[in-house]
Amino acid sequence: MPAGASRPKYKRVFAGEPEGGAFSKSIPSVTFPVYEVKTMTYSYYPGCTLRTKAKELDQKGRAAAAALGITLEELPEWQCCGGVYTTAKDEIATKLSSVRALAAARERGGVLVTLCSACHNVLKQVNRDMAEDEDFRNKANLYLKLDTPYAGETKVVHYLELLRDVVGFDKLAEAVKNPAEKKIGAYYGCLLLRPGKVMAMDDPENPRIMEDFIRAIGGEPVVYGMRNECCGGYMAMEDTASAVKKSTSVMKNAEGAGAEALITACPLCLYNLTKNAESDVPVYYFTELLADALGV
Amino acid sequence: MKFENERKQILRMSGVDPKKCMKCGKCSASCPSYDEMEYHPHQFVYMVDKGDIGPLLESESLYKCLSCFACIERCPRGVEPAKLVEAVRLLAVRKQGQNHMTADDVPGMLDEELPQQAIVSAFRKYTK
Repeated sequence: MPAGASRPKYKRVFAGEPEGGAFSKSIPSVTFPVYEVKTMTYSYYPGCTLRTKAKELDQKGRAAAAALGITLEELPEWQCCGGVYTTAKDEIATKLSSVRALAAARERGGVLVTLCSACHNVLKQVNRDMAEDEDFRNKANLYLKLDTPYAGETKVVHYLELLRDVVGFDKLAEAVKNPAEKKIGAYYGCLLLRPGKVMAMDDPENPRIMEDFIRAIGGEPVVYGMRNECCGGYMAMEDTASAVKKSTSVMKNAEGAGAEALITACPLCLYNLTKNAESDVPVYYFTELLADALGV
Repeated sequence: MKFENERKQILRMSGVDPKKCMKCGKCSASCPSYDEMEYHPHQFVYMVDKGDIGPLLESESLYKCLSCFACIERCPRGVEPAKLVEAVRLLAVRKQGQNHMTADDVPGMLDEELPQQAIVSAFRKYTK
């Protein structure tokens, strides 16, 4: 690291957020009198898999949000985000579906809530490109011909951030009716936190948001080394053996640390960790345990 | 240099400056696909820098990168090797008839629980 440079900080500060706005708070337990009332309804982007193979992630998430006083309004006519973000600067078309969603959310309250780790990753990265990469922004805007050109104004917020920064984990804990009461390992995988500078929701190498969530729903978090290592992702299709190896090593690591169950926010992680890993430890979407804990 | 045009395209597409690399190997140490790769992330960096791009374009290693962003996050010099892997891969699959996966391959890879996310992601990575 060059002299004078400082390590990136993972403060939860969002560009364009007014001073004191909900998502710039670093303490999760504060209340937001005016802002809160105005924004308890949020635009929501479910993504392709939450409508099909990961209905539990979606439906339990919506039900739990409703129980906590938050309405998730599905963005009309959203299109698939593409599943993976490409870092190539000259890839324009593959990012346009995300720009459409982001621009639509700007007109509907300016916050877009995501639940799937992959959608979250793609939308946040494309949003960053629209805010900071002038060439990409200009090309995308020329193509989309929006009434008002889009420049990254929407804030993309993961459901877990909503729980932490708007509901507050202490308030969530108060609302729990059936505590989880078991040792639960948080599986972050790769897409929820990285790249840390863009996801900006937690320390990508030593996160705590899911552990704090587990505590809030009455469980005991189990911290294990591979919680933020890749499960094998889409390689599961072409090279199943490689996905078996990666997901098994994650599960063995979690088992060794004493986890009785794992939680994830990603349908592909859940698939790999249950289907491809050699382990009997159950893996759930975090919204399943949330809904159970809230009794909804 | 033989692959000078390719090299320029890769550097422009990725925005990577391979000269910043101090060869610490952290990218390859972090890579979950290390064992499956013929050329590892740190090798992509110096091979692109040297213009030794022919072997990379032909290598299966291109299709082993999971886009997990581990090497991007952990590179202490901000080189971000996955961006080079991505650029070389795009250079390969953008050539006519060079898709690594076709729609006809997919039915044979499916099972009941496979999430759509996997198929969409694989197509984004393997085809143009």
